[in-house]
Amino acid sequence: MDLMGPGMKTILSTSTDVLPIVLFIILFQVFVIRQPLRDIRRLAAGIVFTILGLGLFLIGLEQALFPLGRLMAEQLTDPEFLMRGAETLDFHWTNYLWVYVFALAIGFATTIAEPALLAVAMKANETSGGAIHVWGLRVAVAIGVAVGVSLGCFRIVTGLPLQGFILVGYIIVVIQTIWAPRLIIPLAYDSGGVTTSTVTVPLITALGLGLAETVPGRSPLLDGFGLVAFASLFPIVSVLAYAQLSALRERIPGRRKTKARNGAESTSKEVI
Amino acid sequence: MTRILRTLWKHVAGSARDLAPIVLVIGFFQYFILQQPLDNALALASGALLVLLGLTLFIYGLELALFPIGESLAHALARKGSVFWLLTFSFLLGFGTTVAEPALTAVANEAAQVAAGAGAIGDTDEDRSRYVLGLRITVALSVGTALLVGVLRILLGWSLPLLIISGYAMVIAMTVVAPPEIVGIAYDSGGVTTSTVTVPLVAALGVGMASSLRDRNPMTDGFGLIAFASLTPMIFVMAYGSIIAWI
Repeated sequence: MDLMGPGMKTILSTSTDVLPIVLFIILFQVFVIRQPLRDIRRLAAGIVFTILGLGLFLIGLEQALFPLGRLMAEQLTDPEFLMRGAETLDFHWTNYLWVYVFALAIGFATTIAEPALLAVAMKANETSGGAIHVWGLRVAVAIGVAVGVSLGCFRIVTGLPLQGFILVGYIIVVIQTIWAPRLIIPLAYDSGGVTTSTVTVPLITALGLGLAETVPGRSPLLDGFGLVAFASLFPIVSVLAYAQLSALRERIPGRRKTKARNGAESTSKEVI
Repeated sequence: MTRILRTLWKHVAGSARDLAPIVLVIGFFQYFILQQPLDNALALASGALLVLLGLTLFIYGLELALFPIGESLAHALARKGSVFWLLTFSFLLGFGTTVAEPALTAVANEAAQVAAGAGAIGDTDEDRSRYVLGLRITVALSVGTALLVGVLRILLGWSLPLLIISGYAMVIAMTVVAPPEIVGIAYDSGGVTTSTVTVPLVAALGVGMASSLRDRNPMTDGFGLIAFASLTPMIFVMAYGSIIAWI
């Protein structure tokens, strides 16, 4: 089977990714904590599942979704597609409308599929005693990534300075931090780094490089970067915003009354 | 047996729901916007099946091994009460998981091309590979430092927003000083460093520590480590770019 060669290589490279971490943890456990590991068979099975799972996941992406995603990024930014029968094409940012829509959709979709975000959402759900819903957090983060990637594409097309956008993003985060529910702030900050992982980064990098190559006056080396930065800044804004909206909704009197009947304590803790 | 099968089915169904949006988006754009047929539907379907299986196994494995091991280690280290070992562990975890990260290597290689193009380093293979190695070690150091500071914050109860906002201020200050061609790469390096394996482990570490310390809330004190790990690389990479340009 032609799948076996690259398949084995991917599983091997996942192993070299995971095994040093596992080894490091075991060494620490044995030499510093000086306690034997409990339930070794369960742990071993879990580690094998993690490596195998991540390996298969990457093989599948590499075989099916990434080539198609890259191809589509190329096609959508291709001048021939953008002209669509027009005689000449003046490079105006509105010509790239489908690129922004694609960025919006693919940013959202890849974030929902991101395993690291799912892991953190599960942890947050467990830690908050169910006040933070797994899907609420994931959708809020995905909306942030979608807006971020789309805005990042607009920036590449127009050639506006990256620093300006990031600075404005930071200012928004700082202002939101002042009023956001305290419980959500650390999780919101974390969600920025969590989102840009295995699935999202390769696809949006391809989109950025494709754009920077085809838009006249942009260099892929200088302007192709920045999408990942957008995709890790805007989820902070969207998660904070979502928590603020939920808190605001709680304050509307009519709602509170009906909710109070179901349990006054739980409503004050509902964040997302 | 039926219980195991039911759990497995639940996991697979969850994974399928997670992947459906990507398939829908790509399908929609392929048929309606680009109006091009799919060439190899078979390879695509088998690939999607592998992704589904992989995601299911990965999440199952996390719940079996990485989550419990991360938390029990955090509990044990906190109980041991040795700040030295706790900080050593955090630094080494950050450094170790980042230095070998494939996504970082890819970004570092592109950064070397940019630097060579801008004339900051010589345009030979040797110069470039030295630059790549330097950059990887810089980012790994920055993630190690991030986890160290983050764990120290949990121990001492420092305010997270204050630390993060000072981090933002440092990013802005470095942006003014750093050579322009490094800025884009530096900003991206923040998001790239936190990988799929590191994130669950670090989250378990923080929550585990905060829940085993008195007066610490796992929600407000346990999270925040990843935020540090995606902020410090920006500062360190711009510092690296400035130093290279300055020499």
